[in-house]
Amino acid sequence: MDNPIIPASGTFGFGYEFAELYDINCLGSFSFKGTTKDKRFGNPTPRIAECTEGMINAVGLQNPGVDKVISEELPRLKAVFNKPVMANVSGFSVEDYAYTVERLDGEEQIGWFEVNVSCPNVHGGGMSFGTDPEAAAEVTRAVRRVTKKPLIIKLSPNVTNIVSIAKACEDAGADGISLINTLLGMRIDLKTKKPVIANKMGGFSGPAIKPVGIRMVYQVYDAVKIPIVGMGGVSSAEDVIEYMLAGATAVEVGAANLINPYASRDIVNDLPRAMEKYGINSLSEIIGAAH
Amino acid sequence: MTQGIYVIKENVRLAPSVYKMTLVGDTSACTATGQFVNILIDGLYLRRPISVHDYDEGSIVIIYKVVGAGTEKMAEMAVGQTLDVLVGLGNGYDTSKSGDSPVLIGGGVGIPPLYGLCKKLVEEGKTPSVILGFNKAEEIFCYDEFKALTDKVYITTVDGSVGTKGFVTDVLTGLDYSYFYTCGPMPMFRAINRVATTSGQLSFEERMGCGFGACMGCSCQTLTGYKRICKDGPVLEREEIIW
Repeated sequence: MDNPIIPASGTFGFGYEFAELYDINCLGSFSFKGTTKDKRFGNPTPRIAECTEGMINAVGLQNPGVDKVISEELPRLKAVFNKPVMANVSGFSVEDYAYTVERLDGEEQIGWFEVNVSCPNVHGGGMSFGTDPEAAAEVTRAVRRVTKKPLIIKLSPNVTNIVSIAKACEDAGADGISLINTLLGMRIDLKTKKPVIANKMGGFSGPAIKPVGIRMVYQVYDAVKIPIVGMGGVSSAEDVIEYMLAGATAVEVGAANLINPYASRDIVNDLPRAMEKYGINSLSEIIGAAH
Repeated sequence: MTQGIYVIKENVRLAPSVYKMTLVGDTSACTATGQFVNILIDGLYLRRPISVHDYDEGSIVIIYKVVGAGTEKMAEMAVGQTLDVLVGLGNGYDTSKSGDSPVLIGGGVGIPPLYGLCKKLVEEGKTPSVILGFNKAEEIFCYDEFKALTDKVYITTVDGSVGTKGFVTDVLTGLDYSYFYTCGPMPMFRAINRVATTSGQLSFEERMGCGFGACMGCSCQTLTGYKRICKDGPVLEREEIIW
């Protein structure tokens, strides 16, 4: 990657909406919309709630399914983006994850897999894979067997001990860890006296969650040797530097893309100014410098 | 879609809780009536999507109802203040299917986007009828504006204080029309669907994240597949809706 800025999965689609606005090749890469074995509509609407300095979403992994992603989305993506892309993959069983990654593995443009282990395990009582070190490791091992491409496991912050889960993924063969996914949150409408979103709960993202992301990246950096992709509330070049100081090698930009469609590009362009302001010659020198 | 900074030229109250705001700036991204803008408001995280009432080469007019924190702040904005706005969002109405005598049916704050549409239909040499539904006399807005475009403007009020007592469908059932266009609440859409005798286009409302097709926050299922209200809509055709 020629710069460490990556729009986060679910906030950038397959790139075309943004490619209409600017040349997205200025980005380090981007993580495409979470892809599953089968097509999914996702949750009923409303799916979105506003919060102070953030938002909650319960989209529910709407995507066309891996076959359509290969036959329709990736050819279109190739027309607007000429760098390796990060393939974000979700599943509801260990077999789902392995199936989807194996199907995508032959796609030349995929440079990395980012495996989202925050999904509920339908065979495990609905508990998220990402809340149990052994379940997260099992997904990592299953995916590792079907791809030689760099494998990044994207962790859920809704856990007691993020370090144990990160280590379990590293031991199971992950090449990197990305964190944090959204925080489980909820809003209630005072007029209707009911939850704002139809799914009741959803993933909280935006600037409000940045301190949680920074803290978790910092903790995981101390515990693993593999690179970390940091995210959570990134909306400025300063935020990128803060994540890198905590231990991130690359940084994802999420909700900010939805508020300012140029956010990721603006951050790329603004990085040299912020680096100069803080006396940073090279970003690679500051990775983990806060430790 | 474009993102730009717009200057508020006018922000006036038209009826209780209903305001009209004129924004001056680049309108090159506006390609159809029935599109919407998405406004960034200081102190609030998500932008506020508002339908476009009318636009010309240098300005956009929106009419909005105060329903929450965002529109409350908008109502207090002063002339001369600037706003960061995404412009030219959504598909808008397609006038090629209207026939010669379409009917435009608006319910309450769903009325504004029909004004630009009505203007366009008149420009195209068509003779639209307009039905505007309100609860009561003091809520009425935009009547004179529509009346300046066409003679056939009908008002309905639930309490009967002005025009036909009842709902928009009470007028619709007595009209001859070639096609319908509507914007308003879902119960009104259902009532129209029960009595309408032609095809038509309906403009939907949904809570949005981005407003430009990236987040999948406002998706709905239709007979022609999954659609994003913000990007593939907000206007959908009667035949594709799962009633």
